Amino acid sequence: MLRYLLNRLMLAIPTLLGVATLTFFMLALLPGDAVETMLRADGGNPTPEIIAAERARLGLDRPILVQFGDFLWGLFTGDLGSSSWTGKPVLDEIMLRLPVTLELAVLGMIIAVVIALPLGTLAGIFHGTWLDNLIRIFAFGGIALPSFWLGMMLALAMLWFFNWLPPLGSNSLFSDPIRVLQQLTLPALAVGYRYAAMLVRMMRASVIEAMSEDYVRTARAKGLPASSIVRRHIVPNSLLPTVTIIGLEFALMVGSLVVIEQVFSLNGLGRLFVESVARSDLIVIQGIVVVLTIIFIAINLLVDLAYAAIDPRIRLGRG
Amino acid sequence: MLPLPNFVRKDRLASRHSALPTRWRQRVHELLGSINDSENPGNPMAEKQIEGDVLLSVRDLHVQFLTGAGLIHAVRGVSYDVWAGEIVALVGESGCGKSVSSLALMGLLHGGDATRISGAASLKGMDYFGLSEEQMRRLRGREIAMVFQEPMTALNPVLTIGIQIMEPMLAHLGYSREKAWNRAVELLTLVGVPDPERRLGLYPHQFSGGMRQRVMIAIALACNPSVIIADEPTTALDVTIQAQILDLLQDLVDELKIGLVLITHNLGLVARYADRVNVMYAGRIVEAGTTSQVLRHPRHQYTAGLLKAVPQLDMPRQELLETIPGQPPSLRALPEGCAFRPRCSAASDKCLEIPALTRSTQDHSDACFHPFKDNGVYPAAGTPEPIKPAISKEALLTVSGLTKHFYLGRGATVRAVENVSFSVPTGGTLGLVGESGCGKTTLARLLLRLEQATAGTFELDGDDLLFKRGQRLKDMRRKIQVVYQDPFTSLNPRHKVADALVEPLLVHKLRKNRREARERVEEALSLVGLPSEMGDRYPHQMSGGQRQRVGIARALVMEPDFIICDEPVSALDVSIQAQIMNLLVELQKKLGLTYLFIAHDLAVVRHISDIVAVMYLGRVVESGRRQELFAEPRHPYTQALLAAVPSFRGLKGEGLSRGPLQGEIPSPLNPPSGCVFHTRCPLATDECRTAVPESRSLTETHKVACVRA
Repeated sequence: MLRYLLNRLMLAIPTLLGVATLTFFMLALLPGDAVETMLRADGGNPTPEIIAAERARLGLDRPILVQFGDFLWGLFTGDLGSSSWTGKPVLDEIMLRLPVTLELAVLGMIIAVVIALPLGTLAGIFHGTWLDNLIRIFAFGGIALPSFWLGMMLALAMLWFFNWLPPLGSNSLFSDPIRVLQQLTLPALAVGYRYAAMLVRMMRASVIEAMSEDYVRTARAKGLPASSIVRRHIVPNSLLPTVTIIGLEFALMVGSLVVIEQVFSLNGLGRLFVESVARSDLIVIQGIVVVLTIIFIAINLLVDLAYAAIDPRIRLGRG
Repeated sequence: MLPLPNFVRKDRLASRHSALPTRWRQRVHELLGSINDSENPGNPMAEKQIEGDVLLSVRDLHVQFLTGAGLIHAVRGVSYDVWAGEIVALVGESGCGKSVSSLALMGLLHGGDATRISGAASLKGMDYFGLSEEQMRRLRGREIAMVFQEPMTALNPVLTIGIQIMEPMLAHLGYSREKAWNRAVELLTLVGVPDPERRLGLYPHQFSGGMRQRVMIAIALACNPSVIIADEPTTALDVTIQAQILDLLQDLVDELKIGLVLITHNLGLVARYADRVNVMYAGRIVEAGTTSQVLRHPRHQYTAGLLKAVPQLDMPRQELLETIPGQPPSLRALPEGCAFRPRCSAASDKCLEIPALTRSTQDHSDACFHPFKDNGVYPAAGTPEPIKPAISKEALLTVSGLTKHFYLGRGATVRAVENVSFSVPTGGTLGLVGESGCGKTTLARLLLRLEQATAGTFELDGDDLLFKRGQRLKDMRRKIQVVYQDPFTSLNPRHKVADALVEPLLVHKLRKNRREARERVEEALSLVGLPSEMGDRYPHQMSGGQRQRVGIARALVMEPDFIICDEPVSALDVSIQAQIMNLLVELQKKLGLTYLFIAHDLAVVRHISDIVAVMYLGRVVESGRRQELFAEPRHPYTQALLAAVPSFRGLKGEGLSRGPLQGEIPSPLNPPSGCVFHTRCPLATDECRTAVPESRSLTETHKVACVRA
């Protein structure tokens, strides 16, 4: 078990390094010069000397490999550099906005899981009935409707029917949890719907598969009531593939947060990302990608742990 | 109201309709597309009075499935009784309805409205087909329990054995967890699982196949049911383990006075364990009676054919097996009249009517217009085969000291194949036999160069092949071909048969273009007895036997010298198995092929091999010519294997010894010291614990690796 966990942790390191390397060089290869963009932004017309001086100040005139080494070392020591726009440390910029994004993502995930697991199980057990069809239509909607559109519709609907809009401003989960919930529930629903839809489909398919397994036939031959067959035999075995999707889809959902944060005027990572792209603030973009990668790896580590908790074959080793 | 899910919905037809008067029932049958096409509503055997209680009584059971491709009449009027303390066998080939009828009896068939069940079944005198699903559920596992074929998949992988054994007690008997736990300990002891307290906390993957099947039996026994249906309970197990499991079931039946329905395709098991037998063909019982009557004096042509088609260890070996021509009929399009008519040599116009199951003697009945007539006891007792000189001195293939170790890291080594040496004469067959995990498949993979050997040499025609590379490896691959066990999974489902066969010809540049390759493929198909149109079919459009013929043709197109047959007939039905074995023998004669024939079935190996090698835990423990090895097995393992194979000769109650080997095959990861067999060997002494026995020659060809033999 410990070995399994360590194994997974060790695998996380090359993943993180790979993503960091890829991001660094992709951004380095991008056309356009960040310094020039920044200096021109106020309508100024910087001379080449000013640009060169600014590049030297930011360390961008050094050979690319030296910059890369610097970046990796920074990564290792927890220093993601400073924004070329505001000059503040990237890590501070990110940490300022990370809570909102994380809260939103986790809330979206909770909503998705809470909706999807029962619905998927029901659809699987009653597959081929009207209930199944209804749930499948619901799931299909989640995949077809873009989350930003759904978010806007939700907000409009709340305004129209209840004359209510989510509160603005940044709030701390710990000082004012109700307000945070008010603020985040609608966007979380908007992104969670798609997430839920994917999970429903996966859960439904796994339940149908589990129902035709020999051990379910054994359970029926034992004369167990339908409820314990579902609870003890079908659902635990169907969770394995679904849990994988929970991990994978989480990354996709974080991607869609970029847009939803704009729609609901939340000052999260997504917003910072969009702003940084507009400002060609490569160092911030780089930092965000690294942080998102770490979150993704952490989530999948949790998924692996959940796997071990569900499946004794992983927990105890094969055979 | 939401309809119940398919898997809990009991067929409404069956439940309503058995409550109707007989006259109406008849009418319902007619309306339902004449389910009841039989003139014999009951099995006359079933009316017989025997001392004791009738536990399960089945009358005129019909099962139909409505599928997109039409109506499948899987069970057509099955009737039988099971008395307390007896084993009743349902025997037949795949698709004969033996499993479907039992699932119907358990109320376990899927399909809701697409499945129609009719007939009646009573348990201890109570007609239970009329019960609601909830009442039926209370019977399942409580009064009537089932043991399934695949112990690997029939247990839930994420629950402990303990919970799975306790579940039926908690559901039916209202036991407290503690009481159920204590009973589970008792049950595991009863079915022979050592150290039950600890084992209850383990998961299925931590058990061997034989142990899992014991756990399945413990689950079935949990609530003291009166009837247990065992559906091919040992098909997935090794022969020595099979004997242990069936001996256990036999003891339980004797001790607890359970009625056991044993579903099997293995006539040997029927002979050894069943009190009475029902032979099924295409959804009907075609012959029923006591085991000795049916097996010694078969009357239905199908039963007689089946008995002749199975090679038996204690009957004289014939060059070719007698076969039943053709293949079992499709249940979608059954032949008119007797379903066996198209394959039957005795068939006449009379057989266009369905023969009723009629009694010929007190405890024997059959459904055949032209019963098989035998002279006295059938089959005749065998005399030992005379030892003939070896067919050829020249060895085509010589293997010496072949070894394969798999290194698992951290010093763990699986010694899959250990210092194996043998040679196969040109045009001869070496039969390699052993239980699962003995390394026979690894050995085949080494010879095919799918695995790299750790040590040893392997020469074909004097040419060492173990370290060939590049083009020379490719040339070698042409000369050595393989036929696999499962013809369905070893053929690509998206390729037409001919395309699959053309591919290697083009890869090896044996034919210039597709057209010439196609000609060669048609030659090969005709060699294996398939018409050339078969080339345009996909694997799923063929029967199992046809697919295995394709598998053989695929090996033949390459014009190999040497063919490795890895369990080529073990996935096939008995009547088809004989056809394929005869084909292999004929091809060998015609083309001068040399075979390595890997199998776990000793009778099959004896039938086809010139030389036999017995493997145990990666080592060859005994080898020799067929005649000497089967007449005079010297290694205790060989002796045990031979004794564990049930045959028709020794019927139940005729003073047969029990399955000779106790215990399980040790893990090759941690094989016993000294002689690897000493942990299970009845002859083992202290010497065997330390000394690794060298292979010594008893005769020129007969070798054994045992100090005590």
